[in-house]
Amino acid sequence: MSLLHTPPNRPSGKSVQLMTTCLCDTFYADVAQATVEILEYLGCDIELPDGQTCCGQPAFNGGDWKSSRKVVRHAVKTFKGDKPVVVPSGSCAAMIFHGALLAFEKEDDLPEVKALGERTWELVDFIVNGLGVTEWPGKFDASVSFHSSCHLRGSNSKAAVHQLMGTIDGLTTKQFDEEEQCCGFGGTFAVSFPNVSREMGNLKVENLIKPNPDIVASADMGCMMHFGGMMDKQGMTIKRMHIAQILRDSLKNGGLI
Amino acid sequence: MKSHQAIDITARDLNAEIKQSTYLASKAKTEKRKAILEQDYQDPDKLREIAGLIKQHTLENLDRYLAQAEANLIANGSQVHFAVDGDAANQKVLQIMQENGAKSMVKSKSMVTEEIEMLPYLEKNGMEIVETDLGEFIVQIDDDQPSHIVTPIIHKNRRQIAESFEREGLGEYNDDPETITRRARAYLRQKYFDADVGLTGANFVSAESGRIAIVTNEGNARFSIAANKIHIAVVGIEKLIPSDRDFSLFLNLIGRSATAQQLTVYNQFINGPRSENQPHGPEKMHVIFLDNRRTEVLASECNEILRCIRCGACLNVCPVFRQAGGHAYRSVYPGPVGAVLSPLLAGNRYPELADLPKASSLCGACNEVCPVNIPIPELLLRLRDRAKKEKIKKATKGTPALGLWATLCSQPTMWKTALTMGHTMNYIPTEIIPHPAARAWQHARKLPKFQGGEFRKWFKNRNKS
Ligand code: SF4
Repeated sequence: MSLLHTPPNRPSGKSVQLMTTCLCDTFYADVAQATVEILEYLGCDIELPDGQTCCGQPAFNGGDWKSSRKVVRHAVKTFKGDKPVVVPSGSCAAMIFHGALLAFEKEDDLPEVKALGERTWELVDFIVNGLGVTEWPGKFDASVSFHSSCHLRGSNSKAAVHQLMGTIDGLTTKQFDEEEQCCGFGGTFAVSFPNVSREMGNLKVENLIKPNPDIVASADMGCMMHFGGMMDKQGMTIKRMHIAQILRDSLKNGGLI
Repeated sequence: MKSHQAIDITARDLNAEIKQSTYLASKAKTEKRKAILEQDYQDPDKLREIAGLIKQHTLENLDRYLAQAEANLIANGSQVHFAVDGDAANQKVLQIMQENGAKSMVKSKSMVTEEIEMLPYLEKNGMEIVETDLGEFIVQIDDDQPSHIVTPIIHKNRRQIAESFEREGLGEYNDDPETITRRARAYLRQKYFDADVGLTGANFVSAESGRIAIVTNEGNARFSIAANKIHIAVVGIEKLIPSDRDFSLFLNLIGRSATAQQLTVYNQFINGPRSENQPHGPEKMHVIFLDNRRTEVLASECNEILRCIRCGACLNVCPVFRQAGGHAYRSVYPGPVGAVLSPLLAGNRYPELADLPKASSLCGACNEVCPVNIPIPELLLRLRDRAKKEKIKKATKGTPALGLWATLCSQPTMWKTALTMGHTMNYIPTEIIPHPAARAWQHARKLPKFQGGEFRKWFKNRNKS
């Protein structure tokens, strides 16, 4: 049983709304850019709702559901219509289609929140299960340790990521110990439990780099901000990429975009 | 690193040897559990789902199933008692012992008696009690606390155990596990014969037949009962399952989830006291059903936690438990299950334990291994919301206030302005940011370069060139 209860029968199609995520809006512009580039390569027409901010997850996880609802209500207002909403982050997607439902259990506007959840997709899940793309063209000569973030646990996204990565010419996926283990981010957890979080991060980094990959990758910038920040602090120079950047670079290397 | 959260502080200060024992044992158990389930079943998740549904159904009809179990237990010759709390249960046990002139008890492992602190109560009242589970026996001679619900001494290594045995006069120092076990057995064997009462818990009670199932790996529950005239079973009311047919599913799951065994070594089904044509066994059997706030939990929005069959899988897989150890949870139920259950069972001690639900990155590994599919992360989240609403300091300490942030996130103009202004962050050495949350972050990590608004700009301009 999955923790996430990814909604069934979500709408697909090539006209989509992009939820950039607050982290890409503030820190990781190129991840959002890569997301646009691959979706457009697939023929999608992208709408970027201007008023968007965040999905509300930090407050939800921190226990401040009241504040979280405020942010979710704003997202519901911003992402109007019935187009699929695509998010380059497993955890933000899960906040919309799972977490928000808990926070709104006793609220009158639960149906609106639910309706948004029922058309929200994590990026790679959308590409594979929404658009039916099962092979990724181009070329990407590198070995990758892929950190499967916890919000991919039991969701369609994990298999989708491996499906696509497995078909990219030149790419090899590294196996490593304790793949299922959390990196220790957990939003506010990282600052309210600094010691446990750091130890978890150290263990994750150690396992990720042990097989000597060229690249460490993830589908969630939250995790990478945490353990990547630790790698920076420790002076590790190994390259880190979001899955969207790998997919985009593969197209570029193959001369497809 | 300075911290405000008790569990984080315990993890930071935990003795390296204990941390290592806990980590290695938990990791090995998690891997073996997964391997055996995947080896034996095509879709183990389906079993977890069904088991969860059966337990939830039982809980939702608990009044009916309890009455049915009581009637069948009585029909089988047992005496049934209901205890509203720990004091009532302890008094009942003492009363049964006194009425029968009993002075001593052998006891098999039972979390529920830890919960109600039965052992010190009976000792205070002049009874001699011997724990017969090897792990609990070591906890008892060390005057320690269990740190795990299945393997109570997961925090100890064999050197430490060998030293305890030497100290207690159970032979010269020897840390060979077989020798340790043999010595404990030799010591306990006589105790079984000397005791007046055998006490056990119960893993499952079938409402349909009143039959009780107890699983152990050491056979000590069996010994505790067989050699005595009186058997007392103390049972949480959530231990019921509807029918005998359900034993098979739950026994298959508990052995694999707890200890990666296809079946626990000793599985006992107890119908009641011995009947006239049975030559051996206890003459009297008492079953004490314990509430101790379980009905309150049942009425709460966290009632799924009562499905728990105490397999310990969620502890083993939990990265926080692995770092902090079981004692960090300051209650008999540690790890993810404890982080939900302990504050709920605490009554007016709730504020003291309200921080436990914060001790999780919400990674969801606990839900994924739970044989009764308890959505533990959701329950942790509900309890966080409750603590925040009730303004419980212990829980909210160290979590940055997010009210202002929420306002920022619901005002697009403010948000976009902040995106632009945020560039200043690139010029401030982040180590000196005076916000405690920022300090906690910066201690071990660097912040990425601020790029606020750059993607929006690119998106807007990209078709112009
Ligand atoms: S909550 Fe689930 S995994 Fe944890 S001890 Fe209980 S039954 Fe086992």
